[in-house]
Amino acid sequence: MQIGIFTVGDVTPDPTTGRTPSEHERIKATVEIATKAEDIGLDVFAVGEHHNPPFIASNPTATLAYVGAKTERILLSTATTLITTTDPVLIAEDYAKLQHLTDGRVDLMMGRGNTGPVYPWFGKDIRQGINLAIENYALLRRLWTEDVVTWEGRFRTPLQGYTSTPRPLDGVAPFVWHGSIRSPEIAEQAAYYGDGFFHNHIFWPASHTQQMVDLYRSRFEHYGHGTADQAIVGLGGQFFMRSNSQDAVNEFRPYFDNAPVYGHGPSLEEFTSQTPLTVGSPQQVLERTLSFREYAGDYQRQLFLVDHAGLPLKTVLEQLDLLGEILPDLRRGFAEGRSPQAPEAPTHASLVAANAELVSA
Amino acid sequence: MTSLVVVSAGLSNPSSTRLLADRLTAAAVEALGDVEVTHVELRDLAHPLTDQLLTGFPSPELAAAEAAVAGADGLIVVTPVFSASYSGLFKTFFDVLDGGALDGTPVLVAATAGTARHSLVLEHALRPLFAYLHAVVVPTGVFAATDDFAGTDLDLRVRRAAGELTALMGHDSRPAAGVGKRRTVADEFAEVTPFEQLLHQASVA
Repeated sequence: MQIGIFTVGDVTPDPTTGRTPSEHERIKATVEIATKAEDIGLDVFAVGEHHNPPFIASNPTATLAYVGAKTERILLSTATTLITTTDPVLIAEDYAKLQHLTDGRVDLMMGRGNTGPVYPWFGKDIRQGINLAIENYALLRRLWTEDVVTWEGRFRTPLQGYTSTPRPLDGVAPFVWHGSIRSPEIAEQAAYYGDGFFHNHIFWPASHTQQMVDLYRSRFEHYGHGTADQAIVGLGGQFFMRSNSQDAVNEFRPYFDNAPVYGHGPSLEEFTSQTPLTVGSPQQVLERTLSFREYAGDYQRQLFLVDHAGLPLKTVLEQLDLLGEILPDLRRGFAEGRSPQAPEAPTHASLVAANAELVSA
Repeated sequence: MTSLVVVSAGLSNPSSTRLLADRLTAAAVEALGDVEVTHVELRDLAHPLTDQLLTGFPSPELAAAEAAVAGADGLIVVTPVFSASYSGLFKTFFDVLDGGALDGTPVLVAATAGTARHSLVLEHALRPLFAYLHAVVVPTGVFAATDDFAGTDLDLRVRRAAGELTALMGHDSRPAAGVGKRRTVADEFAEVTPFEQLLHQASVA
């Protein structure tokens, strides 16, 4: 079971002080959060991708390569990589390069992005979002698995005898997850390829997450990649904790009430009952997180969002310290009663081993 | 069993909008006989509707209302007139419905107002809204100004509109063979489009 954090790189004013960090502060904070994640023993650090203010999340591979140089063990990932508006040729190059630089400590999560104007800035149309995700990813896979690609499609210029460089490390492409909150087509895509499916269920009720994960699992089995409980599932999560649960509620409420995504809507109490957001003691966060298995089954990756809505860096680092304290219990809890069928998430090492087995067989 | 869903956006209690909705419902039930009627009172869903605009997902009670409307064989929708149009609350409910939820659904449109000067609201506001949503709007809309509740011809219009609605509810209004009905998210969950087809479709302009 991989446990980690993801950031979307929002630059949001702290509602309790009105202070907005500079882009420079936020970019440096991202690096500090990433190295802290490794220090407390997390397995994954993932960055989002945005090409508009108020985000500092453009050029994710620069951030990940820099973090890779400052860390030794943590796996670097994305949440998400915009497969719609980013040229798959560039994705193929950038992440293969990142694989080499970090000795294989990299995988990716594909996402579509829901900011309308970003699409035309990159010459695309949001109404073609699903089609872009499907065609672009099909090309990306070929660029990683075939040395010479001749290709023609709808959304980019044709390629004649094109070789993407560098070739993936050890001839093995990075593992890919597909993230979608509510598009069954993306669960279907992940299942078809036997890739991972990630449901960022932080904004949605458990019943919906279950519907998406169930669809992915059954289609994973349908396409012959294994049984439904061998499918590779990741979930988002969100918490705010203090040793005294009422302190957590009091401290987090202004951030919740003014949060860019759900602020000024439902109350903190309504939202915590309807979604996986947990605001309370470390014990409550532990129990709630372990309960995700009840509707998602035994899964492979849990990523938390901890540095959003204007929370100051100091608070974020304190949250990570608290997460580090419950991490052994989280791992124990996830291992307890876990189906022996449920695999671990693929890593570069496991993919290289599987590839070698294929070649020798 | 045939399902009739009645969406009413009145704000006061008792509300003339609900009163009109009830009269239309009674006339439709009389014509339909065995029918399951579900009332969706939007006042009770005002907070969840705003929340869905902000969070993107419905609360459990709102999800139930949306599912009822999407699964209805026929709809009666009634709004008070606010600033020369349907009320914002009324519009919000139809804004948050899934795309394709009302495709081919027969709808009786009705409105209430303090004065008959607003009576064309049915034609210039409600009809275009439901045309956009691909619903089938019955020819007779029912507008009731305060005065109409003391008049004699409201009942005639109520019964004419209810008759038109129930006649449409007996017919299949799906597109002709070969013309794809819009697929909703619920359709995809029920029977997902196989990936080979998605892959083929993706690259066809």
